[in-house]
Amino acid sequence: MKYIDEYRDPVAAECCAAAIARITRRPWTIMEICGGQTHAIVKFGIDRLLPDRITLVHGPGCPVCVTPVEKIERALAIASRPEVTFCSFGDMLRVPGVNTDLQSVRARGGDVRVVYSPLDALRLAEENPEREVVFFAVGFETTAPANAMAVHQAKGRGLANFTLLVSQVLVPPAIAALLNDPECRLDGFLAAGHVCTVAGYDEYEPLAERHHVPMVVTGFEPLDILQGIYMCVRQLEEGRAVVENQYRRSVRREGNQPARRLIHEVFEVVDRRWRGVGVIPASGLALRPAYRDFDAEVRFPDGGDVTEEASECISGRILRGVTKPHDCPAFGTRCTPEHPLGATMVSSEGACAAYYRYRRPLAAQGGV
Amino acid sequence: MCLAVPGEIIEITDRDPLTRSGRVRFGGIIKEVNLAYVPEAKVGDWVIVHVGFAISMLNEAEAERTLEYLAQIEAFNELEDDTLV
Repeated sequence: MKYIDEYRDPVAAECCAAAIARITRRPWTIMEICGGQTHAIVKFGIDRLLPDRITLVHGPGCPVCVTPVEKIERALAIASRPEVTFCSFGDMLRVPGVNTDLQSVRARGGDVRVVYSPLDALRLAEENPEREVVFFAVGFETTAPANAMAVHQAKGRGLANFTLLVSQVLVPPAIAALLNDPECRLDGFLAAGHVCTVAGYDEYEPLAERHHVPMVVTGFEPLDILQGIYMCVRQLEEGRAVVENQYRRSVRREGNQPARRLIHEVFEVVDRRWRGVGVIPASGLALRPAYRDFDAEVRFPDGGDVTEEASECISGRILRGVTKPHDCPAFGTRCTPEHPLGATMVSSEGACAAYYRYRRPLAAQGGV
Repeated sequence: MCLAVPGEIIEITDRDPLTRSGRVRFGGIIKEVNLAYVPEAKVGDWVIVHVGFAISMLNEAEAERTLEYLAQIEAFNELEDDTLV
């Protein structure tokens, strides 16, 4: 496909890796924020093309993984109600709550549907006025325009049977939290190209300056990622720390202005808990009071009181880039995609699931 | 989750600013996509699409520039190799 295939050329990838090796003088640790990039790095073996002195660590950029367990419990309680048609992206169905998941709710007769877009859920609400249609609005900045538009249209059409269970999170406050963590050993970041397509990257500039950490807004194809790493390493070797944009074919510094305006109209910034990480100030979005009638947590106030997780899962350390998946004693044995202990094994973009899918045969041979 | 795919607009089907939408071709697949966030997009333009919404216009000149940058890296490698020989 045009604009995809040319960014997957293996010969150009080898050249780009050779160029990275050529400019690398010292050891550097670089975090890619986005789970989509983690998936591509492990799938295409990009980390194995790199010189030994470059370490890639995988960040918290999987909204499925960081949705807190109390929000999952709230989803389970709402989805179990007989009058509710609960709509979600497919990734959320097997995310474990305390005792069960959405897929099990569906198996027990709950009306749980997988949709491609929040507009599909909106359509279901229009076509089924006798049902309470709830959309599980999970996502980063990338998904916020779609969720904002769905609820904005619902309000415009006076749809009384449509609500959102909102679990929207924001990336820059999470990067700030990672950089303020005493365990942080990150030298540079690849910022997430589609998050920045929507939100722009002006918010990253003070972070790069204050922490003296280079950040490169990067795309998702192998050559994008390799070029992003090249640009990041070049800054590190030259002692610079600014925000650069590798993914220029999609990202503008100011982001998508019409999308940002509607997000701002519908949502307000709130403190949010990230699963495995804890509460990060000003890192989430909630519906503004004018949209309170469309808030599923207001309409269905029961459930979701649990905040403790009883599990040996170390996904919090994985999400902060402190530990790699194969360092976990449960990886691939007590924790698999079929029987996940935590969210990083559930979502296809979770670091544990990516390692399980693409790295396990080698791990079984004694090397990763 | 933040997966977004480039596609080419082949038809604008709804011109209302809020519900503006069109048919977008992704390889062999054609889907209806909301175009409210790319008000300037027209037939023949490429857009990046996430969960049924175009979130940006694909800048074709910048797409070329990225490939040129990569070609320069390649050429630089060869130059260095020649120097080493």
